[in-house]
Amino acid sequence: MNLARNFVENFPCFSIVLCMVAGILSTPIKGNHAKRITLLVVILVTCMSAATFLYVVSTGTSFVYTMGKYPAPWGNEIRAGVLETMLATVFSLVMLFSLLGGMDHVFKDIPEEKINLYFILVDLLLSSLLAIIYTNDLFTGYVFVEINTIAACGMIMIRKIGRSLVAATRYMVMSLIGSGLFLIGLAMLYDITGHLLMENAHLVMNQLVQEGKYSVPLLVIISFITVGLAIKSGLYPFHSWMPDAYGYSTVSSSSILSSLVSKSYIILLIKIFYRVIGFDNIVNSKIVDVLFVFGLAGMVMGSVGAIMAKDIYRMIAFSSVAQIGYVYMGIGLETEAGMVAAIFHILTHAITKSLLFLAAKGLNNVSGRKRVFYALQGSAFRNPLAGVAFLVGSLSMVGIPMLSGFISKLLFATAALGAAREKVLITLIVLAVSTILNAIYFLHTVVRIYTPVHVPEEFKNVHVRVSKGAALAVFSLICMNFILGLLSQPITDLIQVGIAMFA
Amino acid sequence: MGPNLWANIDEVAAVILFGIGFTTLLLHKNMIKKIIGLNIMDTAVYLFLAAMGYVDNRLAPIVENGVTDVDAYINPIPSGLVLTGIVVSVSVTALMLSLTIRLYRKYHSLDLDEILIRMQKEELT
Amino acid sequence: MSRIRDNYEDSLWNRLTKWVNGESDPFAGKMEMEPLREADYVGDSVYNPERLDKKKVLKYLEDTEKNQEIRAFRVLYNLSSVALCLLLIAVLLMAVSYLPVLGDPNGPNNNEVSARYVEKGMEESGAVNMVTNMILSYRGFDTFGETCVLFIAATCVIILLRKSEEEIENAKETDWKYEPKPDAILQKITLILVPVIFLYGFYIILNGHLSPGGGFSGGATVGAGLILYVTTFGFHKTQRFFNEKTYDMVKVGALSLYSVTMIYYFYTGANLIENHIPLGTPGDILSSGMILPINIFVGLEVACTMYAFFALFRRGGM
Repeated sequence: MNLARNFVENFPCFSIVLCMVAGILSTPIKGNHAKRITLLVVILVTCMSAATFLYVVSTGTSFVYTMGKYPAPWGNEIRAGVLETMLATVFSLVMLFSLLGGMDHVFKDIPEEKINLYFILVDLLLSSLLAIIYTNDLFTGYVFVEINTIAACGMIMIRKIGRSLVAATRYMVMSLIGSGLFLIGLAMLYDITGHLLMENAHLVMNQLVQEGKYSVPLLVIISFITVGLAIKSGLYPFHSWMPDAYGYSTVSSSSILSSLVSKSYIILLIKIFYRVIGFDNIVNSKIVDVLFVFGLAGMVMGSVGAIMAKDIYRMIAFSSVAQIGYVYMGIGLETEAGMVAAIFHILTHAITKSLLFLAAKGLNNVSGRKRVFYALQGSAFRNPLAGVAFLVGSLSMVGIPMLSGFISKLLFATAALGAAREKVLITLIVLAVSTILNAIYFLHTVVRIYTPVHVPEEFKNVHVRVSKGAALAVFSLICMNFILGLLSQPITDLIQVGIAMFA
Repeated sequence: MGPNLWANIDEVAAVILFGIGFTTLLLHKNMIKKIIGLNIMDTAVYLFLAAMGYVDNRLAPIVENGVTDVDAYINPIPSGLVLTGIVVSVSVTALMLSLTIRLYRKYHSLDLDEILIRMQKEELT
Repeated sequence: MSRIRDNYEDSLWNRLTKWVNGESDPFAGKMEMEPLREADYVGDSVYNPERLDKKKVLKYLEDTEKNQEIRAFRVLYNLSSVALCLLLIAVLLMAVSYLPVLGDPNGPNNNEVSARYVEKGMEESGAVNMVTNMILSYRGFDTFGETCVLFIAATCVIILLRKSEEEIENAKETDWKYEPKPDAILQKITLILVPVIFLYGFYIILNGHLSPGGGFSGGATVGAGLILYVTTFGFHKTQRFFNEKTYDMVKVGALSLYSVTMIYYFYTGANLIENHIPLGTPGDILSSGMILPINIFVGLEVACTMYAFFALFRRGGM
C-alpha cells in the first residue's frame, strides 16, 4: 500500500530522533560545545520542518509515516499535514530565538558544570514538542507528554534559588494530576475501542456512538482526557503554578515554557477532539461548554491578577493565564472559525510572549536587577532595544492594528458572531472587557518605562551592551510579529486547510 | 449503576485506589505522602490495564510448544502498556523525591504550607 | 496670564501623573488593616514598599497555631477533600459499571490487533515472548520514548543533587562517612549473593525474547545488585570498577547504539527497504533480530540509572 516515499517525508522522523540523539550525546560534553550542538540542532529542525511544510502545501494532502515496518493499527505512526508542519516550524523558530535571547543569562544564572545539562533538557523538550505535534497514536502521546513535563520541570528548577524549587514542586504536582487523569481516560478508551492509533479508534468510536453503546463511559472518558490536558496547560482554576514558575526561572526557560509547553497540550487536545472522538461527539457531550466557561473566567481573572501584580514578571505570567483563556474560549465556540482563531492565537501568543519575556529581562538588567515597577521607570531610555521590543509586544497583546494580536482578536470576534446563539453576546462582552483590562496593565507599564527620569551627570553616557545574539533574536521576533499581523490572510487560509486535513 | 459492577470487580478496586491516590496527591500537605499518593494512583492504573487484558482460562502470552493460536493466549497489549507506565512512574517518583530532599535541606520542613511561609519570610528579611 | 492654582496637589492631573510614574498608590490608606502612622509618610508619597514593618508581618505569619481562621479552614479543607475523593470514586464507578465484562474473549479489545501479535508475532520477528516482541518491534517508538524518560529523569536528579568532589569531602559528618561498617555477616553474605544477583540479572536481560523479562526488569535487578554491593562495601571500593566515567561511557554508549538501531529500523521500515537483520530460529538465544541487542542496551542503561539514583541520594555523586 505504501508508495515509494519522497525523501522530504522522512524529515519529521529525522527531526524527532535528531533532537534525542543530540541530547544523549551532550552528556559528557562541556557547556560551550553543548550550546553549539543545541543551536545547530534547532536550526536544522527549523529547516527540515520548513521543507516539509512546503512539500505538504505543494502536494495538498497529509502523509502518514510508519515508525517501523508495520502500518496502523499494528505499529506506530506519525502524520504530517499543513497544520502540524506549520506549528513545528513556528515552534522551533520561537525556541531558537528564545535560546539566543537568553543565552547570556544561561551562562550567568547556572553554575558552570550544569550548563550542558540545561542544553540536554532543551534538546529533549524540542523532541517531545515535535513528537506531540506529529503523533498519530495515543500512547506515544502520553509518553512524550511525560518527557515534556519532566523537561519543563528541569528547566524551572535549574536555577536553585528557593523560590524556583517551590515553583517546580507545585508545577510537578499539578502536572502529575493531569497526567494521571489523562492516563486513566486513555486506559478506559482502549478498553472500549481496542485501538490505540487515532484513526482506528475513531472508526470504532463512530460505530459505538451510532449504536448507542457505552454512552456513560464515553462521557467519562471525554471529560477525564479533557480535564487532564486542561490542568496541564493551565486553564483558569488550575493556573496557580504559573506566576511562580514563569517568574523565577532563567529568561530563556520562562519564554520557552510560556510560549511552547502549555500550547503543546492544547494541540494534543485539539488533535484528540478531531481525530479520535470526532468533533460532533464532543459538541454533543457538552464538554466544550465547560471549557468555554472556564476560558472566559480565565480571560478576566488572569487580567485582574496582572493588574494587581507587583513586579513585571508576575504581570507577564498572569497575562499568559489570560491568553490561554482566550484559546480555550476559541475552542469552546464549537465552530470551525473558532478553532482557526484559537490556533492563530496559539501562534501569536508563542511569538509575543517570548518577546515580552526577553524585553522584560533587558529592562530589568539596566534597572539594577530590580523587578518592581518603580525601579523600571525610564528604563526604555537606558536600553532602547528592550524598550521597543516591550512596546511592540504590549501593543500586540492589546490588539493594535498592524500587529498580530489585532488579527487574533478580529478572528475571535468574527468567530463569536457565527457561534451558537447563547454564546455570541457573552463572548463579545468578555472580549471587550478583557481588552480594556489588558490595555490597563500593559499600557501603564509602557508609559512607565518611557517616562524620563532624572539621571545624574556621571551616569549620562553609560551604555548597555546588548549581545549580538540577543539583538538578533529580539529583532526577528518583532519581524515575525509584524509578518503575522500584515500577512495574516494567507496564514489563516493555510490554517483552515490544515484543520480540514486534520480530521 | 450499570450491569457489570460485580463482574468488573478488579476494575472497581483499581478505581477506588485511583481516587484515594489522586486525592492524596492533590490535597495532602506532606510531600512524602503526596509522593505515596502518586505511586498509589499510578499502580491503580496498572491494575486496571492488567485486569482488562486477561481472558478467562488462557495462558500468558509466551509461545509454548509452537502453538500460535489466537485462542490460547491472553491479550499481550495491556502488558506492554504497563511495562512502559511502570518506568515512567519510577522516573517521576525519583524526580519528586530529589525535589523533596532539596526543599528539606533548605527549609527543614516537609509540609508545603510551612515551606511557603518560610520562603516568604526569607524573602522579607 | 494663567491662573496659579493653590490646590495643585489635589488636582486630577497631578494625581494621574503620580500614579503613572509609580510614586503613589491609589489604594494606600484605603485598604490597609489599620491606619498608617506618621512615620510611614515619606515626602509626598504615601506608600513606600521598603518601609514595611517587618517585625509585625513576621509575627503575623508565624502565628499559625492559635489562629482561629486557619483552624476552621483546616477542618473545612479535610472535609471537602474527603468529599472530592468520594465524588471522584463515584464518577469512576459509574463508568466502570458500564464497561465490557472482564475476561470476555469476544470483548472489544480482543480484536484483529492482538490476533496478529499472537498469530504472526513469532514468525515476523523471531521472538517467543509476544509482549517483548510487541514493545520492541511493533511499537518500538514508545519504548524509545520511555528510555528517554528514564534518561531525562536521571539528568534532572543530577541537576538537583550532584555535588562536586570537594563539597562531598568537606561535608558535615553524616553516617555514610563511617561506611563500610565492619559487619561480618553482611559482608560474607554479600560476597556470595552479589555474583548470583548479577548472573540472574544478566540472565533476565538476555532471555527477554524467550521468557518473561527483558531489558527493564533485568536492568533493575543488576542495579539492585550494585546497590547491595555499595551499601556493604562502601563507595571507595565500588569506585574502583564503577565510577563517574564508567557511568557516563556506559550510559551514552548504550543509548546512542539504541538510537542508531532505532533510526535504522524506522528508516528502512518506512521506506520499504529490506533491513538485513537476521531473525534466526525462534527459541534460540541468538534469534529475534534486533530485539536481543536492544534488550542489552536498555538493560545496561537501566542498571546505571538505578545505581545513579541511589548514589546521588546517598552521597551526592558517584
